Amino acid sequence: MSGMPVIGVLAVQGDVREHVRALESAGAATRAIRRPRELEEIDGLVIPGGESTVMDKLVRAFELRDPLVTAIRDGLPVYGSCAGMIMLADRITDGTSDQQTLGGLDITVRRNAFGRQVDSYEEDLHIRQLGPQPVRAVFIRAPWVEQWGSEVEVLASVRPLGREHPVAVRQGNLLATSFHPEVTGDHRFHSHFVATVRGTVVA
Amino acid sequence: MNENTTTTGTGTTRVKRGMAEMLKGGVIMDVVTPEQAKIAEDAGAVAVMALERVPADIRAQGGVSRMSDPDMIDGIINTVSIPVMAKARIGHFVEAQVLQSLGVDYIDESEVLTPADYANHIDKWAFTVPFVCGATNLGEALRRITEGAAMIRSKGEAGTGDVSNATTHMRQIRQEIRRLQNLPEDELYVAAKELQAPYDLVKEVAEAGKLPVVLFTAGGIATPADAAMMMQLGAEGVFVGSGIFKSGNPAQRAEAIVKATTFYDDPDVIAKVSRGLGEAMVGLNVDEIPQPHRLAERGW
Repeated sequence: MSGMPVIGVLAVQGDVREHVRALESAGAATRAIRRPRELEEIDGLVIPGGESTVMDKLVRAFELRDPLVTAIRDGLPVYGSCAGMIMLADRITDGTSDQQTLGGLDITVRRNAFGRQVDSYEEDLHIRQLGPQPVRAVFIRAPWVEQWGSEVEVLASVRPLGREHPVAVRQGNLLATSFHPEVTGDHRFHSHFVATVRGTVVA
Repeated sequence: MNENTTTTGTGTTRVKRGMAEMLKGGVIMDVVTPEQAKIAEDAGAVAVMALERVPADIRAQGGVSRMSDPDMIDGIINTVSIPVMAKARIGHFVEAQVLQSLGVDYIDESEVLTPADYANHIDKWAFTVPFVCGATNLGEALRRITEGAAMIRSKGEAGTGDVSNATTHMRQIRQEIRRLQNLPEDELYVAAKELQAPYDLVKEVAEAGKLPVVLFTAGGIATPADAAMMMQLGAEGVFVGSGIFKSGNPAQRAEAIVKATTFYDDPDVIAKVSRGLGEAMVGLNVDEIPQPHRLAERGW
């Protein structure tokens, strides 16, 4: 494609600024998204880290939910980190009683799977698709994937007590991580996502 | 980054400061019971602050105000799935140790409680749990960050419903940051001396044009318009204390403040959510509070 792809960042709550900075470093133009009509201008979307219950309430209250669900179904590339992964999951365990997600990824996520904030941590993960250098994964009251369908490609997992829990997954144009690449200054995930967006715009 | 920064495992600077980044654009609400915590969560609070009495009651009842009963904090932790914060007295590192052992997600070393040490704040680097501290100006904010605070809130004057001190403190911090940005590099040494803050941190702020941690607002926010004004003044999120559960219709007011915080720059939304909220908390003019009873003057 000619020119920069335009990537929206859902800006109802969360670490919007960090994603904007990462996307711009990765060669995209960005837009803050809070209203349905703003979705018309974008080639891709990032759902940031934050509190998934709050994002869910606000996208419903401001009538963004249905347009987002439709856009995802129609193939809009979306990357979600942490709360964004929860929003993209088809199923959720440990949500609040009325919590809804946008869906799209054939996964079941567990909120706060690692525990409380004192259990939040960072470590190096090796992700073949991003090259030999490890990715610094910062988990903050993070979710993980409990179950996943055959269409889901697992990019990275953690294995507490020997059981595999994916923390980075891809399915079609959707990408999700339990951790926050946007707070580390390593923009490979965002570059990977921008490349996906460029690919869909060309096609 | 501070030299005390650790780089692996739990409790790293990135994990502590990052937690506050995730709260941005959100509203943190004071609650005193699990029932209130549930109302706050349902209304869209990004976190709750568990305490024994809201600031308006602390002010009215007087006496020494301390960390909450662990049973009450447990009750709130077990009721909601959003982050739970709790307050420790300034300098009371054992209250902080207890709160960390209870599993609270953030500790507020707060001037709203009675200080336990009039010389030293808590050494916050010694903890895995992150801390938020209040500040009335940039020097105070940077001293707290030097001690390990991973988030700052402007103090305002808690328990009043009078937003004037919140605006004063936010404007003060932002103005001092702008001043640093405009100083030639060789004047930053004296600026650090005047701010009574470490030179490296002062230089970092001068270069970035912002604090190295998230800056929320607090102290006197009672309406959706108050919250939106503080966001327009540069706050990255809002603490609401007495403003919600001392009002006529807490659930509706809480939800309205959440929406106004997200759409802080959209007067149509703020107007819409401000309708029919019933009684706001009964206010108390900061001017009428005798100097020794102003909470913002605790801490230094």
